[in-house]
Amino acid sequence: MEKHYTGSQVKGVSTGTTILAAVFDGGVVIGSDSRASIGGEYVSSKTINKVIQVHDQIFCCMAGSLADAQAVTKAAKFHLSFHSIQMETPPLVISAASVLKDLCYKNKDELQAGFITAGWDRKKGPQVYVVALGGMLVSQPVTIGGSGSTYIYGYVDAKYKPNMSREECLQFATNALALAMGRDNVSGGIAHLVVITEKGVEHVVVPGDKLPKFHDE
Amino acid sequence: MLDGTGPEWLSEEVKTGTTIIAIEYNGGVVLGSDSRVSAGASVVNRVMNKLSPLHDKIYCALSGSAADAQTIAEMVNYQLDVHSMEIGEDPQVRSAATLVKNISYKYKEELSAHLIVAGWDRRDGGQVFATLKGLITRQPFAVGGSGSSYVYGFVDAEYRRGMNKEDCQQFVVNTLSLAMSRDGSSGGVAYIVTIDEHSTEEKVILGNDLPTFFDQ
Repeated sequence: MEKHYTGSQVKGVSTGTTILAAVFDGGVVIGSDSRASIGGEYVSSKTINKVIQVHDQIFCCMAGSLADAQAVTKAAKFHLSFHSIQMETPPLVISAASVLKDLCYKNKDELQAGFITAGWDRKKGPQVYVVALGGMLVSQPVTIGGSGSTYIYGYVDAKYKPNMSREECLQFATNALALAMGRDNVSGGIAHLVVITEKGVEHVVVPGDKLPKFHDE
Repeated sequence: MLDGTGPEWLSEEVKTGTTIIAIEYNGGVVLGSDSRVSAGASVVNRVMNKLSPLHDKIYCALSGSAADAQTIAEMVNYQLDVHSMEIGEDPQVRSAATLVKNISYKYKEELSAHLIVAGWDRRDGGQVFATLKGLITRQPFAVGGSGSSYVYGFVDAEYRRGMNKEDCQQFVVNTLSLAMSRDGSSGGVAYIVTIDEHSTEEKVILGNDLPTFFDQ
């Protein structure tokens, strides 16, 4: 999380990354890998948590520069807590996503980041929103992001089903992260997952040696 | 012609941005490809068969620059014909792959094509060889082309040793369908070739007969 200028095009420490979120019957799972690297040459942290809490039942993940991630989520946390005090009710997931979208859209020239926001609110239940590079906001049942996501588009398309159970969705997310980490050299480490339901929030950490292994490992 | 005036596709290099896959089973191989050929943003051929025969029971799958890939396949086809006359019997798959590798390696700076070679021979049964950039390696299955990035996770998860012919064909069709729906440079129809001791069977699966997934 420190800045090292190595002459590469990437400014500061960047998260070559795999992030994902998926809706299941009664909640959402949001997860990421844990590797932070500089230009793909040096792993500066093996265990960083890229799933950031912006409110009690709303989490977000970011793909892009770590410095941007920290700055933007700090601003979003502030906006959201102020908003929820004014409204006297916990914020909606779409509000959290909109706050991030505004920050991305207004600073689109400086920021190079994509966000996934997932959470639970009383109005619409479990939801996943994705804010793409230029500031587009879209709701999807399942979404992936980061450099490692390229390799798991096929897997996610084939294996995601709406209304899965909590265990099925957790297994799906763990498998997808493990597959992406297996192919992308800038994603790796452990899998951080957060399960958000009406009842609350649960963190699941899957260490490297407990990740599912596939045929060639 | 190759200048700024006139339609874009005249001055863009023609690539088979592609998805290709080959997989071996006990007794043969299955190869599959999509059918889209693009020049920049235009699709210049939507029904091209990228599975090219090198010999009766040896096929290769083309990806990368269309011209380079086709030329390599034709050259190797010729060289294999001569070789098989010299040895007086059908050539080995490894020989075909080595010929492809020799060309890819020698001209690696000039060419930008990747061929997957797969087939059946009497000595080692079904075999799949990858020849990317001049290496040669035998693998149980190989994927290539621009669309392959999107399906690495899927093939890693779904491949099992010991699949039979029908399983392999279904695996190939599913993989192609997933890649074609995500990669802008892959699309059209799916061509499947199944090679075993007794026959070489070519099949086409039209766009609307391909498997669909939850968001389609």
